[in-house]
Amino acid sequence: MKEQDIILKATNISKQYRLGVVGTGTISHDLNRWWSSIRGKDDPYLKVGESNDRSTKGESEYVWALKDINFEVKKGEVLGVIGKNGAGKSTLLKILSKVTGPTTGEIKTRGRIASLLEVGTGFHGEMTGRENIFLNGAILGMSKKEIKSKIDEIIEFSGCQRYIDTPVKRYSSGMTVRLAFAVAAFLEPEILVIDEVLAVGDVEFQKKAIGKMQDISRGEGRTVLFVSHNMAAVKSLCTRGIVLENGKIVFEGDSNASINFYLDNAYKMSSKPIFERKDRKGNFKLKIQDIYAENHQAIRVGELHSGEEYKIVFEYKKFKDIIPKQFTIVLQFKNENDEIVNTIATDEIGTVFNHIKDEGRIEIQIPKLQFREGNYSMNYMISEKPSFNTPHVVIDYLQDAFAMQVLKGDYWKSGILNRPKGFIQEASINIA
Amino acid sequence: MHKTETTQDWLYTISPKRKMIDLNFKEIWRYRDLLFLFVKRDVITQYKQTVLGPLWYFIQPLFTSVIFTLIFNNLAAIPTGDGIPSFLFNLAGITSWNYFSSCLTGTSNTFTANRGIFGKVYFPRVITPLSVVVSNLIKFGIQLLVFTCFYLYFVFFTDKAENAVPQLAIVLLPVLIMFMGLFGLGFGMIISSLTTKYRDLTFLVGFGVQLLMYASAVMYPLSYFKEKVPEYAWLVEYNPMTTIIELFRYMTLGIGDFSMSNFMYAGLISITFFLIGLIIFNKTEKSFIDTV
Repeated sequence: MKEQDIILKATNISKQYRLGVVGTGTISHDLNRWWSSIRGKDDPYLKVGESNDRSTKGESEYVWALKDINFEVKKGEVLGVIGKNGAGKSTLLKILSKVTGPTTGEIKTRGRIASLLEVGTGFHGEMTGRENIFLNGAILGMSKKEIKSKIDEIIEFSGCQRYIDTPVKRYSSGMTVRLAFAVAAFLEPEILVIDEVLAVGDVEFQKKAIGKMQDISRGEGRTVLFVSHNMAAVKSLCTRGIVLENGKIVFEGDSNASINFYLDNAYKMSSKPIFERKDRKGNFKLKIQDIYAENHQAIRVGELHSGEEYKIVFEYKKFKDIIPKQFTIVLQFKNENDEIVNTIATDEIGTVFNHIKDEGRIEIQIPKLQFREGNYSMNYMISEKPSFNTPHVVIDYLQDAFAMQVLKGDYWKSGILNRPKGFIQEASINIA
Repeated sequence: MHKTETTQDWLYTISPKRKMIDLNFKEIWRYRDLLFLFVKRDVITQYKQTVLGPLWYFIQPLFTSVIFTLIFNNLAAIPTGDGIPSFLFNLAGITSWNYFSSCLTGTSNTFTANRGIFGKVYFPRVITPLSVVVSNLIKFGIQLLVFTCFYLYFVFFTDKAENAVPQLAIVLLPVLIMFMGLFGLGFGMIISSLTTKYRDLTFLVGFGVQLLMYASAVMYPLSYFKEKVPEYAWLVEYNPMTTIIELFRYMTLGIGDFSMSNFMYAGLISITFFLIGLIIFNKTEKSFIDTV
């Protein structure tokens, strides 16, 4: 790799945060810091930080959100930054966009960095779309002249022509994002930083946005750093990826390899026995002890086949009283791209429980498995919910609790194995 | 590729260590359009969805002056000098005080009020308090116009204002206004930086500004205070806002005395506050998002 091609270089970037309540004790900490800086010593609080593992309770009140991050980005590259919630992605982007400084290390760049604002930050509700384009553009570092020369394109791209002279407070959230994205897309920084904006906006706009980002990187040779949970978007957009975990880079490689590494990790997580898991949430009036699948002969199975009959079994222990009528179970199934593809929810079905034993099994009957071949991961949430429209009081919640490997099956009993990907829709077809 | 050649063309470096003052004037200049757009935003949006709109700019000082005249001059009988209408005296004090106090309160919450946008995108943070000072200057300009109208009314249509004569020193008025702005800005930046860590200050600013007004000779002449309460007169006398307001009244109405040393004193204090504010603000802007 030629040195000249590197547009951004991060060396030993670390970021420390203080946990708990800021306020008490800050004066004394400040004084300590000041005292050691006078004596020419290092910051005394820099040593104590621990790695940023959310689920384990650490000793010190300082924590490293990022630790010794090193990477390089070439010109025209689209770098995807992937990782679970709290892995340090947003912190990294914040440092890159100069919103907050690193605790140690430095980043060198050969171009302007601009970051795409999240939904409507910097928009003023009382001002019209047009006025906000100017304001937002200026916030992102464009001059008035630059914006003026591009305003027609921006408005057209946003697809908000009709509302452009209406105050933004009357916009839907989707329209606000369109407008925000449009402004940023026509910004001409050498490096564009984008954080999960595509989550909002309809499919048509998402396509448009991804297309525009591809143009930006391929056509115009600009560099994009893209942070997202949307693996499909990362896949179609990025040329390279880095995977963050607990503030460290655990993988670096081309985008497909990074996505696979990340998903494998998540999948591995879900194969781990759940009583060992520390990332569970809830009040634990009841706790799930084990999850497994059984076939129609009540034998535990590791692999499932489309079209067969199964039971998903949750073994539980109850520790405190729960009103059975309010007891709710929601299961979410995710595909390999980390997208939720199916949900089973008792409050939706209308299941009402009459009795919950101190210890027992929750059995989810699946008469004919409609998943096609692939690896799926399941989240569960057990909660108390007085009525359909009231919020859940979480009893036990775990993401990636159970890994489900589905193999090809013969759903229709037609002698033909089902194709992979997606679902099998119960249907019959006639020509009339 | 030669290493020496390539290391030079890094555009900029993001790193933790900072110099005492790290103001990139070139960058601030590059963002000048943002300053104007912020000012425009403040001016347009302030009175949106109000019936009276910009009329509020007039109503505030006028009503306050009327009340002050009723209470302090008619009721408490504070003299404002022969041949000078008390109303005009108060309007002068309030107009100049308002500019300072709106700069101070407007900038003192810079970090807390803008943390949403500061947390998402970088631009020279100092643009935000600067825009407050500039948009208040516009408001001040309008109020100064109101003051002029009343002044002309009293001079030409009544015989109460025979001694209200602008002094030659009025040529220094723009400089004095700059001092007011800088003082408010500097003070506000100091407070805004400290409030990111110590929220106590937000409570202090609210009533602190009001208390300060009573100690700034807004509704009484300094000379009268010295005569009545000599033991606390230093409190009012060394308050730079007193000096500024007295100077303002001297320039426009010809009351009180003018000395170059007073003028220099006001200037020195304002510039000192501004510089201290700038340094503290500059130090805070990089780390505040973690503490706010």
